[in-house]
Amino acid sequence: MLQNPASNLHQLINVERSEMDILRQIALVLQRGDSSGINELLQQALDNKLGPREILDDGLIAGMNVVGDRYKKHEIFLPEVLLAAKAMHVGMDKLKPLFLKDEVPSRGRVVIGTVQGDIHDIGKNLVAIMLSGAGFEVIDLGKDVPPKKFIETAVEQNAKVIGMSALLTTTMPVMKKVIGELKEKGLSGRIKTVIGGAPVSEEFADHIGADGYGYDSVQAVDCIKRLISAS
Amino acid sequence: MRQFHDRLAAGEVLVADGAMGTMLMERGLKAGNPPESFNMERPDALEEVAREYLDAGADIIQTNTFGASRLKLAQYSLGDMVDQINNIAVLAVRRVVERHAYISGSCGPTGQFLKPYGDVEPAQMLDVFREQIGALVSAGVDLICIETMSDLREATCAVKAAKEFSSIPVMATMTFDHTPKGFYTIMGVTIEEAVKGLEAAGADIVGSNCGNGIENMVLIAREFRKLTELPVLIQSNAGIPELIGDTAVYPETPDFMAEKVEDLLRAGVNIIGGCCGTTPEHIRAIRKVVDAYKHS
Repeated sequence: MLQNPASNLHQLINVERSEMDILRQIALVLQRGDSSGINELLQQALDNKLGPREILDDGLIAGMNVVGDRYKKHEIFLPEVLLAAKAMHVGMDKLKPLFLKDEVPSRGRVVIGTVQGDIHDIGKNLVAIMLSGAGFEVIDLGKDVPPKKFIETAVEQNAKVIGMSALLTTTMPVMKKVIGELKEKGLSGRIKTVIGGAPVSEEFADHIGADGYGYDSVQAVDCIKRLISAS
Repeated sequence: MRQFHDRLAAGEVLVADGAMGTMLMERGLKAGNPPESFNMERPDALEEVAREYLDAGADIIQTNTFGASRLKLAQYSLGDMVDQINNIAVLAVRRVVERHAYISGSCGPTGQFLKPYGDVEPAQMLDVFREQIGALVSAGVDLICIETMSDLREATCAVKAAKEFSSIPVMATMTFDHTPKGFYTIMGVTIEEAVKGLEAAGADIVGSNCGNGIENMVLIAREFRKLTELPVLIQSNAGIPELIGDTAVYPETPDFMAEKVEDLLRAGVNIIGGCCGTTPEHIRAIRKVVDAYKHS
């Protein structure tokens, strides 16, 4: 039996509209950092037969990108970002089991840590939260991490990026050491380096040959996204 | 020694000390160890640092207890050492300064976030500061300095805890970043919000520390002065590190900072000291300017 094409089209538009609405709602609720809201909406989206990849990319990650942009413009601050990252985690936990094993929703692996001799890890922890919120797999080596440990872990875990943090001017040279050892081992290029921390600057990053510099956690994530998509 | 409040009320400007961690590293604190772990190992080093700042002309000497709260120490499995670590730090400074300077019990952030951003309940935060500040007070500090705060709720927990020990003056400083939209802490607190919140919690002295160099601190100080009748405390770092050869160096020399201290004095700041990158030489230079201003 032939269906009425007009009504079919009508249905199609409706479906598209509600899909768009729900993804947009997910993005908005994520921006508000509403974890329980995210849970409900994701369930609704899945009931509507939306795929996990679509929900992740056009809902959660789209929302997180807005959070990052607004943070950079100083429209919102760390509390809002932390809440959004929490909601992102809730969403990821719900979506992860729905991905097939070979399409694990990861944008890549990042090894991060505070460099040897330095125990200041608040900034590093924020970067870890933001990175996993942005869909990266984060291997956090903690603080006081020796150069060897950074490199060995990155190689073993097939990480694309090493992120290093330092708060002390006296421990900043360790970053250079890691970059030098990567070069010696012929790994630079394959494993990118990003650095950050209160005394660290773009100038210092250039000087020691780091691939990137993050002024704050949001910019660090941006920088890692750029490096990974370029590689 | 005259009462702290009387001196401030009489218009006297007091000088506080400078950086601590770097001074301890020069004396053998191993990189990677928390500065507070040095209290048990080398109380003599604490005395030396206090002596250097006292000789440089500081009226206020801080204790090596910035990270000596249970939450922070627990990261190094030292969570049960709160009493001992705070006690040793105060006694070491007391042996040196006797009654020639005020001992200020330093109390920094816990490194943990309050709910809903983190996992810590406000009541637990209050208890954590109550414990550390209680230890500082029973060891005999003259003042409490809650410093480098970025979250106003955490800062007010600390101030409230300190005010429970009624007779001790409580100073509270927050750290602001210069953004195109003005000064904010990383948690988004404005200077106005900081002043209101810290005052309401009962702080006796408010202000700012660390930051992005003394020129920004002059701007911050002016805002504070506009917004509060309370004495204002400023402890600037020595700028944003610059590269010299391969090493990063705090760029602001004692002379450079001293030059800007006059602007701080004109802005009506009541207590001036240093933060990251400052040395006894910086404090000596600040002392000179403060003394000259007094007599001008």
